Amino acid sequence: MGEHVLSWMTFAPLVGMVVIAFLPRERPTLTKVVAAAAAAVPLLLAFQVFATFDRSTAEMQFVERGSWIAPFNIEYFMGIDGLSVTMVLLTALLSFLCIIASWRIDKAVKGYFALFLLLETGMMGVFCALDFFLFYVFWEVMLLPMYFLIGIWGGPRKEYAAIKFFLYTLAGSVLMLLAMLAFYFNVRNPDTGAHTFNMLHMMDQANHSPWLQLSHVRHLIWIALFIGFAIKVPIFPFHTWLPDAHVEAPTAVSVILAGVLLKMGTYGILRISYPMLPDAALWFAYPLAILGMINIIYGALCAMAQSDMKKLVAYSSISHMGYVLLGMSAFTTQGINGAVMQMFNHGTITAMLFLCVGVIYDRAHHRDIDGFGGLGLQMPVYTSVFSLALFAALGLPGLSGFISEALVFLGAFPTYRTITIISALGIVLGAAYVLWMLQRVFLGEKNPKYDSLPDISARELATLVPIAAVVVWVGVQPSPVLDLMRVTLNNLIATVGR
Amino acid sequence: MFETLALNAPSWSDLRHFVPETVLVVTFLLALMADLFARGRRPAGPFALALGGCLVALAAAVSSLPAGPRSILGDLVVVDGLAGFFRVLFPLIGAITILFSWASGEIMGPRREHKGEFYALVALMAFGMCVMASAADLIMLYLSVELVSLTSYVMAGYMRTSLRSTEASLKYVIFGSVSSGVMLYGLSLLFGLTGETTFVEIRAALLAGRADNFALLVAMVFVLAGLGYKIAAVPFHFWCPDVYEGAPTPVTALFSVGPKAAGFALMIRFFYTTLLSPGGGQAAAGAAAPDGVIVGPADWPLLIAILSVVTMTYGNLVALRQTNVKRLLAYSSIAHVGYLLMGFLMLTAAGLEAILFYLLVYAIMNLGAFLFVIALNNRLGGEEISDYAGLSTRAPWVALMMMVFLLSLTGLPPTAGFIGKMYLFAEVINRHWFWLAVVGALNSVVSLFYYMKIAKAMYFTPGERAPLRLEPLHTAVLILLAAPTLALGVYWTPFKNFVDRAVAGFAGLGG
Repeated sequence: MGEHVLSWMTFAPLVGMVVIAFLPRERPTLTKVVAAAAAAVPLLLAFQVFATFDRSTAEMQFVERGSWIAPFNIEYFMGIDGLSVTMVLLTALLSFLCIIASWRIDKAVKGYFALFLLLETGMMGVFCALDFFLFYVFWEVMLLPMYFLIGIWGGPRKEYAAIKFFLYTLAGSVLMLLAMLAFYFNVRNPDTGAHTFNMLHMMDQANHSPWLQLSHVRHLIWIALFIGFAIKVPIFPFHTWLPDAHVEAPTAVSVILAGVLLKMGTYGILRISYPMLPDAALWFAYPLAILGMINIIYGALCAMAQSDMKKLVAYSSISHMGYVLLGMSAFTTQGINGAVMQMFNHGTITAMLFLCVGVIYDRAHHRDIDGFGGLGLQMPVYTSVFSLALFAALGLPGLSGFISEALVFLGAFPTYRTITIISALGIVLGAAYVLWMLQRVFLGEKNPKYDSLPDISARELATLVPIAAVVVWVGVQPSPVLDLMRVTLNNLIATVGR
Repeated sequence: MFETLALNAPSWSDLRHFVPETVLVVTFLLALMADLFARGRRPAGPFALALGGCLVALAAAVSSLPAGPRSILGDLVVVDGLAGFFRVLFPLIGAITILFSWASGEIMGPRREHKGEFYALVALMAFGMCVMASAADLIMLYLSVELVSLTSYVMAGYMRTSLRSTEASLKYVIFGSVSSGVMLYGLSLLFGLTGETTFVEIRAALLAGRADNFALLVAMVFVLAGLGYKIAAVPFHFWCPDVYEGAPTPVTALFSVGPKAAGFALMIRFFYTTLLSPGGGQAAAGAAAPDGVIVGPADWPLLIAILSVVTMTYGNLVALRQTNVKRLLAYSSIAHVGYLLMGFLMLTAAGLEAILFYLLVYAIMNLGAFLFVIALNNRLGGEEISDYAGLSTRAPWVALMMMVFLLSLTGLPPTAGFIGKMYLFAEVINRHWFWLAVVGALNSVVSLFYYMKIAKAMYFTPGERAPLRLEPLHTAVLILLAAPTLALGVYWTPFKNFVDRAVAGFAGLGG
């Protein structure tokens, strides 16, 4: 396993999927155990990666490389640096926990877990791929399982939500495909002189053809890529698929959607758009900051207006992804470190939030914020876990969300004063919707309807505690995570920035 | 290279380079005769003969891929890389059609007559399509198109007692004869303008400036109308949905890939030989120059670009509203013609490679999708989307295979359809037709919606729960088609090399 860590992390779930396809339908528990085992492989390897990752270099690590389609110069090229390693760790952790969180699925068990594992393969692959073609294949492979996971196991309007998600993301990714092809024909491998899909070659401006150096061309390609990624993040005004998808998706799928999939948008911008088109990135920096601000404020305002808990969390995701955009648009070291850190932290915090919403939904079969009240007395353990997640979301010092948001504001302030000041209002709005919800659900009169509601179970707690530990740990001691990414991101800013 | 060939008188020795076609003709005749002995019974003889004949022709074609162009049969036919590719494709399509027709109730049902003739006709059609791909002369062009058309009319009306089938046949005949008349008029204009019937000689005459530009444009548009009808490009597509819906499904499956591919073969042959001359032309900054230079007046690639956009957009938008799967696939096949036309107007070897690759992939995945319709029609007796409700629980593996075909038709990785589409888009991008690429890409997104309507019925809509077992033969052929659809999406180097070799040996493109 030693040399092919990333391949194992990526394809172990796929192997699990194939095994599940041939398991008997009458033994659902066996299916779940196989799924958990298949997802445990990447998780265990993630510990190894975390332990052995070299924090002092911006080079790609754990690299695997081989020719795949020679006539089209496509390679199987995997590797991670400080940008992708946090995402890989996040994916491994959340995927495993989500399989545990899905233990009570009883409809078409085989299909559910098979698709979930396929989804994990796609996500891992996206974060590890260094060949643009390979990246694109993984990127698209994720769409299908997501479509089915929402469409079959989702809520009342699942079919609408599923196809909306599929159409939106596909519209974005076909533009990315065209941009990718434009790159392919205008970048040459310096060693062989052939066209290449190698991302590292594409990042080296010296390999670009004269046509690709024209600024209007670069701006157009940037826009095409940006739309593709913006739909995924989602950036206003491409966000309308997200509330639908989140509300209809089953709990574990919402966790993956918010925890990992949204990060792919910002990851794509940082992995592809920034280093390949640095000048266009600077050209677009100001609009990006404004879009970040809109995401923060608009998302928070929408969240405040929601009566459905899940929808509130969904809109809070839009708001929190705005911090990522603001941080990366500033082109300062604090800003970009804060942005990637926020990607990681939002992944963990929002996962907790969705899992917590799932816990109450499983018991009460609704998520209406005003339909509860006084749950703090009825479910004390649950209340404390959910409160922890909520406080992390509003950026309470000592929890992870505070670190990254503070870094983002620190980094963005020198570059964009007004925008940063307006964006900081998002913190206030965030506190407002979080505390208001907390108050309505857990405090106040006890609702007699829920007198017999049992507290959180051990299995549910088992999915939440590891994430909570990460949230507290990073909040108190952010350096282990910061160290992973710092060298890479500083290097990125040095090459891209002004 | 062509001009150096002297006019050859046809000779028997030419048949050495015409083996697959000869095998198909002999197969047709033998199957007809065998049918005489099979009256009233299950026509095992014609079936076996036709299937065997197609497979022998396939083997012969694969084993004798032409290296360079060779003019035979008095310069009426040219055997080159392009012809070599299509004489592999057509017997393959024929063999698959014959295989799944054997278990189809629409063809072999108790009320059907002349069951043996059906198999003979498939072989004849395969022959006609092979000739279309190698025609080098206006006469041969017209003869081969008519041969395929006449066979098609008979096959569309195969279900004699079905009103819809006979109506389909009649519509096909009317549309077909009008457009073939228009094409014939175009061909005669071309002959009048140049005094030649061979493609190569026509080009020489055009290069010498013997033709009036406007008249040439008119002739070209007329020929395009005839060929556009064959490939069902908008606005020559009106027959397509009705004929596809009315004809027996195995015939529809054959129509949707066979004559379309043959039409493309002939279009490539005709336009690239008569209207292109060799040499690097001028190109936009940064874009590689096309391999061929346009002969004659009009900027016909732009005309084709418009045709392509209209065809794919129309096909996709109308497909959105269909509830009958055969009609849906008919409109989707129109959309696919639009994608293919994008490659056609690039005038480059890479564009041709993309077309051939796509035709190969399209044949596999579209036959697969139609076979699914045939197999379920046998069991459910219908082909509305709603008939497929709950299929994922009734026949999970069959539903999964259909999913593979649908994804491939949409063009999502990791399926063959994605690779095919990517090659098309790659060349379009490489030649800087960006608006065309964007329209094409967005069209793919639109197509996702209606393909997923079928997926939605199979997976999301609850239906009957009783397990459904298909004909074993149908399941077998489905696997045979689904496997390459998936495998070619992961590794396709050998196929790409095969296609590249065919284009390298193509006599046109300034050869």
